[in-house]
Amino acid sequence: MIITALIIAISVITLFAVLGLVLVYMERKVAAFMQIRLGPMRVGPWGIAQTLADTVKLISKEDIIPNGADKFLFNLAPLMVTVIATLALAPLPFSDKWIIWDSNVGVFYVAAISSLTVISILTGGWASNNKYSLIGAMRSGAQIVSYELSVGLSLVAMVLLSGSLSFSDIVMTQQDAWWIFKGHLPAWIAFMVFIIASTAELNRNPFDLPEAESELTAGFHTEYSGMKFALFMLSEYINMFIVSAVAATLFLGGWMPLHFGQDNFFNHIMDYIPPLVWFAGKVFFIIFLIMWFRWTFPRLRIDQLLTLEWKYLLPISLINVLAAAWITVTGWHF
Amino acid sequence: MKAILFYIFSVLILACGIFTVTSRKIYRAAIFLLLTVVSVAALYFLMEYTFLGVVQLVIYAGGIVVLILFAVLLTHDSGSLLPPLGVKRTVATFALTGTGLTVFLYTILGRKVEPGSGEFNEPSVKMIGGQLLDLYNFGFVLPFEAISILLLAAMVGCIVLAMKFSKTMN
Repeated sequence: MIITALIIAISVITLFAVLGLVLVYMERKVAAFMQIRLGPMRVGPWGIAQTLADTVKLISKEDIIPNGADKFLFNLAPLMVTVIATLALAPLPFSDKWIIWDSNVGVFYVAAISSLTVISILTGGWASNNKYSLIGAMRSGAQIVSYELSVGLSLVAMVLLSGSLSFSDIVMTQQDAWWIFKGHLPAWIAFMVFIIASTAELNRNPFDLPEAESELTAGFHTEYSGMKFALFMLSEYINMFIVSAVAATLFLGGWMPLHFGQDNFFNHIMDYIPPLVWFAGKVFFIIFLIMWFRWTFPRLRIDQLLTLEWKYLLPISLINVLAAAWITVTGWHF
Repeated sequence: MKAILFYIFSVLILACGIFTVTSRKIYRAAIFLLLTVVSVAALYFLMEYTFLGVVQLVIYAGGIVVLILFAVLLTHDSGSLLPPLGVKRTVATFALTGTGLTVFLYTILGRKVEPGSGEFNEPSVKMIGGQLLDLYNFGFVLPFEAISILLLAAMVGCIVLAMKFSKTMN
């Protein structure tokens, strides 16, 4: 049991490191190509070792704690945000055999854990004793707490359709087709609401008011430097991975290959591609979608941000839950 | 393994609980409260009652502690130290908590507690939902409805508080 735990711990830490390196590189390259640039090109071929060099730079930087800061909370916040990101990874099925904790309340658990991220952001902003940090933290808190509702309701709609809270059961219900194909309108609306609201929960553009560079320098992590700053950035990318993995599992079938109907020729061909490749492909597609937003939409104002959630997304997702319940009861999905 | 984890989390609950009430910085007290609440959830997970553990995380950690933190951030003097307790308050606190502890210990030490036999079967979410809305079979539909009316009243109250009335309306 202890050996299993150790193996899991080592593989999760490796996954974190690799994801951090890959996603930062991907973000810079995607950004560059969207703006007809080349992006990092100096370190290694096509600049693939750039993020490695950045990591070395961040590790060797001086770790500064401001004099007026609450030292205990200042050090606790980056640790907390990383721990929370790790915990949320547990019930996600990476393939048909790779799942850390096959919980029967997996979806509920991930929603619960991701609602804790706001605490570490508030703590980091408050402990820095800096007005920009505090404003950034407050904005972030208001934003995450509001958008959590839409995320939760779109999860509820999918749970209604699939009839289970367990991720592996939800993947198994998509054996004949993914929910995005067989869930009709409720699944499409839930998918769109989920992607919009979770982009806001991640504090990414166009909802990046908490760290709006032009107004707040860097928001809640203004005072952080070196590895503590790196932990905040890392967990932001890990959270992006988790959100994309949840979306891929609920809407796009997780590790389930592209199937239509039962046991036909097309399905057998699709089965030759291993589940892990399917999962990674879907997750990186959604990550690319979220990165695409960043270079397409301008930043919202705070009143527009709250209007979008409370006047549009929340009523839409409430009605959507009703529609999903109706479809489930009448059995209109395939 | 389970016993070791149990003791680790119990120590965490007790230590963080004590820090919550002794800390003189209000924000730190809230963070210690968070650690206590999360450790309690960890105990539920250890007992394999995952649903209750997740509910604990959603309601206490994700809901109540976040609410407390917001309230702390919005107050004027959240950064300064709280005044130290006077002698009167210290004595009163010890008397009250001591009474509670005595009653509690007296109740559980007088009884013989049998260790549970067999496996613990976690009730499924479907069962919990069914029981919650069951009209017969000792269902909880009346409390459920009562709470929903209470929440509706609270929401209407929030909207009324936050609404800006124009001066002509007053």
